[in-house]
Amino acid sequence: MSAYEVSVASVIGINVILAISLNLISGFCGQISLGHGAFFGAGAYAAALVMTKVGNAPLAVAAAVAAASLLGTVVGFASLRVRSDFLAVTTIGVNFLFIGFVRKQAWLGGEMGISAIPPSGLGALGNLGLILICACATVAFSVYVNQSWMGFAFRAVGEDETAARTLGIDPGAYKLAAFAIGTALAGLAGAFYTFFTQFITPDAFDFIFSVMLLAMVVIGGVGSTFGVLTAAIVLTLLPEAIRFVNDYRLLVFGGLMILMIRFAPGGLAGLARAALLRARPR
Amino acid sequence: MSAALRLERVAIHFGGVLAVNDVSLEISTGEFVGLIGPNGAGKTTIVRIVAGMLRPDRGRVFLGEDDVTDLPTQKRVRLGLALTHQIVRPFREMTALDNVVLAAGYKNTSSPFQALSSVKRRAETERAVEILARVGLAGAERKLAGALPLGQLKRLEVARALALDPKIILLDEPLAGLNHAEASKQIDAILKVHASGVTIALVEHNLEEVLRVCRRLIVLNNGAIIADGPPAGVMADPAVGEAYVGAGSDRHAAP
Repeated sequence: MSAYEVSVASVIGINVILAISLNLISGFCGQISLGHGAFFGAGAYAAALVMTKVGNAPLAVAAAVAAASLLGTVVGFASLRVRSDFLAVTTIGVNFLFIGFVRKQAWLGGEMGISAIPPSGLGALGNLGLILICACATVAFSVYVNQSWMGFAFRAVGEDETAARTLGIDPGAYKLAAFAIGTALAGLAGAFYTFFTQFITPDAFDFIFSVMLLAMVVIGGVGSTFGVLTAAIVLTLLPEAIRFVNDYRLLVFGGLMILMIRFAPGGLAGLARAALLRARPR
Repeated sequence: MSAALRLERVAIHFGGVLAVNDVSLEISTGEFVGLIGPNGAGKTTIVRIVAGMLRPDRGRVFLGEDDVTDLPTQKRVRLGLALTHQIVRPFREMTALDNVVLAAGYKNTSSPFQALSSVKRRAETERAVEILARVGLAGAERKLAGALPLGQLKRLEVARALALDPKIILLDEPLAGLNHAEASKQIDAILKVHASGVTIALVEHNLEEVLRVCRRLIVLNNGAIIADGPPAGVMADPAVGEAYVGAGSDRHAAP
């Protein structure tokens, strides 16, 4: 594999983890988050700090997961207090707060970010292998969650919290669980990003990136693991393959998202399901 | 008989209006009680207080021996209270069967951790199929709840309540919006539930059906209990007639 292919494959793996973990929060549990980039960033910065200070890769991963999940649980508490549309706005705020905070912190490198991060010791190919294994594990975990009673309860909470309560389900506990798990995975992706680039700046985790992640979820099909997986891969490759898409990335992703919401609210997964139903002999 | 549900001097006000004023009542295990009263009498407010959707200003609510006044709805449900909503709230994007399976598997959803470690749902599915048949919804299992007509959704609410293995079911206007045939099917389903040993508190506008099935009526007016006893005696009470016809009216309820 060329260095370029290794790097594209690494980014795909990272984006798959991010999109699938966001789908856990927004798709399965119905809590729209427009700030997933902040949790990704919290993980990346935590990993970068551990790598520059201690240089221990496993510890960096653990710190990344813990930092992101901690921030995620705090935001999860906000989800207990506000209605879903306000939660979307709140998470946008969290993303801006995160960027605003990091930019002003000398110990986090401020605007310049953190550079010259020591390598993980696995090499580029080793990193890629780790990323892809974890991406596959994330997909498998997502499929499992959806089939477990947790996924069942998530769907209930996402659709009608009052009705969920009358079946003995505590919506708050499940929303917190969704945020804690989803953001922990985003933190994991953050650690891998740090290993992969060895150089991080605040811009990589901004609101625009969060919107792109949500676009992957919406275009793939809200709540569908394989739809979101497909969208994460295609939408990461598209700008690499087509120059126009790279130049007008926001325009293309935004346009696709609006088209999907208008004409195929089920996303790619919904389109595939409809095609299968049509193809099936009656 | 022990008390399945007990209210102790419950009161609540909205703004300047005293919606429920010092109401005490006790429903024994195995009873089939109707809670009736004219519009604005406070029936739905009491339902919401018992369900844990409203907190009373004063007074306590007990389920069996447990003081549940400070518990949220889901904890009361886990102590044996089941309720149906006046305006049906099915999970519209799930099948009728899944709506009931989710209720039947309440032990699996007690905490997110418990839910994450539970996958099997065969026993719950079998139970849900049986319960759907019991309320007369056999054949509707695979349909999306959102596609069912109101008459069937009302029975789906009863099926979900039943799947929770409740000690007491609080039915909030289970007949509202149903035509005569649907109402009689619904009542049959509720009577079967009662026959299986579940205590039932029925809040209902449809007096004809309430008089037919309840063995005890509690009549509310202006947030207070004005009569409590067997249907015949309660309906002969001049205060009840007055409440239904309206205070200040020239007409008299009973000659």
